[in-house]
Amino acid sequence: MIDPKELKYSKSHEWVRYDGDDVVIGISDYAQESLGDLVFVNLPEVDDELTVGEALGDVESVKAVSDIISPVSGKVTEINEALLDSPEMINEDPYDAWFVKVTDVQETEDLLSADEYDEFVKEEEA
Amino acid sequence: MEKKTPLYETHVKYGGKMVPFGGFILPVQYETGIKKEHMAVRTAAGLFDVSHMGEILVSGPDSLKYLNYVLTNDFTDMEDWQARYSPMCNENGGTVDDLIVYKRGDNDYFVVVNAANTEKDYNWMCSHVPEGCDVKLVNDSDNWCQLALQGPKSPEILAKIAAPESIPEVYYTAIFNGKVGDIDCVVSRTGYTGEDGFEIYSAAENAPALWEMILKAGEEFGILPCGLGARDTLRMEAAMPLYGNDMDDTVSPKTAGLGFAVKMDKDDFIGKDALVADQPLARRRVGIKVTGRGIVREHCDVYRDGEVIGHTTSGTFLPYLGGSYAMAIVDSSKREIGAPVQVDVRGRMVDAEQVKLPFYKRSK
Repeated sequence: MIDPKELKYSKSHEWVRYDGDDVVIGISDYAQESLGDLVFVNLPEVDDELTVGEALGDVESVKAVSDIISPVSGKVTEINEALLDSPEMINEDPYDAWFVKVTDVQETEDLLSADEYDEFVKEEEA
Repeated sequence: MEKKTPLYETHVKYGGKMVPFGGFILPVQYETGIKKEHMAVRTAAGLFDVSHMGEILVSGPDSLKYLNYVLTNDFTDMEDWQARYSPMCNENGGTVDDLIVYKRGDNDYFVVVNAANTEKDYNWMCSHVPEGCDVKLVNDSDNWCQLALQGPKSPEILAKIAAPESIPEVYYTAIFNGKVGDIDCVVSRTGYTGEDGFEIYSAAENAPALWEMILKAGEEFGILPCGLGARDTLRMEAAMPLYGNDMDDTVSPKTAGLGFAVKMDKDDFIGKDALVADQPLARRRVGIKVTGRGIVREHCDVYRDGEVIGHTTSGTFLPYLGGSYAMAIVDSSKREIGAPVQVDVRGRMVDAEQVKLPFYKRSK
């Protein structure tokens, strides 16, 4: 799968889409593939405050749990409830399966462009 | 330094995601993923590389006496080519390993042990030969490969590549002079999945040829190569214990729900005194079914009415049943099928209930 050019990426394999000043967050194709079949998702609640660099939730595959690290600080406005019932959507279409929408974005960690992220992933795999 | 099984190159060729396990490098899954591999075994067939398991040969005029002393089960009335499961205990009644004993003939036994415990078991068995007991022990593990063909279509698949005289009809029996294709094999009607199936042993160098032959024969039935991930979810669904998790050298086989393989009425065996003293059992295994939201894994505290009653030993999301289940060891006095419990999952209390084991049993 090609990582969409219009998105930004973190080194912990989350993607970020800008929606005006708000952001939408998900996990990359490399992340879902590494994790395997996802069977459970823990999301924050609406109005929760997120802190850049800290876990906003986690995903569980059959074998293990993995934290989702927030690439921004801000307030959660929406969570994708469909993921709670059908976590396999993340495996099927990782760039469509958004986790949270965040407003009042204060800090953002240094994000990578699609090309930089692809390079980064190549190095990780080597 | 991890060892490779004879099928290492084959797994890489088939897209296996290789991980270290029990001193070996094995696939945890292939590109199909754990869920699909698990479901293939429940509905059609799956093929596993289990060559990492250990094989110990026991022979000599006192073989039977020796096995009855060092293991908890009773091997007195075994037929040739019959298999019997048994725990092996230490003096405190804790479990050294669980294993399967095959009787090849009088004074000739083939013992299959867990991969991670092969050295430990062999050393234990050698150092616990009683005074005057004439028995010979050989660690033959390096010479054998083992493939497991498991699932309802297994008999049909095997029948395409093996003659009837090579296929054991009865569960827990084996054919020691079998042939799969033109390859000499031991074909055993055993498995670790809760489905019908076979465990096929052969000389290590035959592994790749056997693997390809079985996959080809099973193609029309939907066979999938399966990794350790599916092996774990399948055995958990069938409530088969995993040594190191569900029992270890501090947990007795009776606590772990394996009392059926502990024969208290035979002569002295290692651990018998300790097991006699632990009657009635202080702690017992129970199933846990999650009723709330969350996946319960091992080493989680289990609460009933606000107090800790035990801890989980294994747990995961089970693909066929479609839910989160665990096995736990709890105080016998607080063990009650149907009683609600809460499990501490990384700081969050998840609602669950105590249930009977196994979680899954195949229809006959």
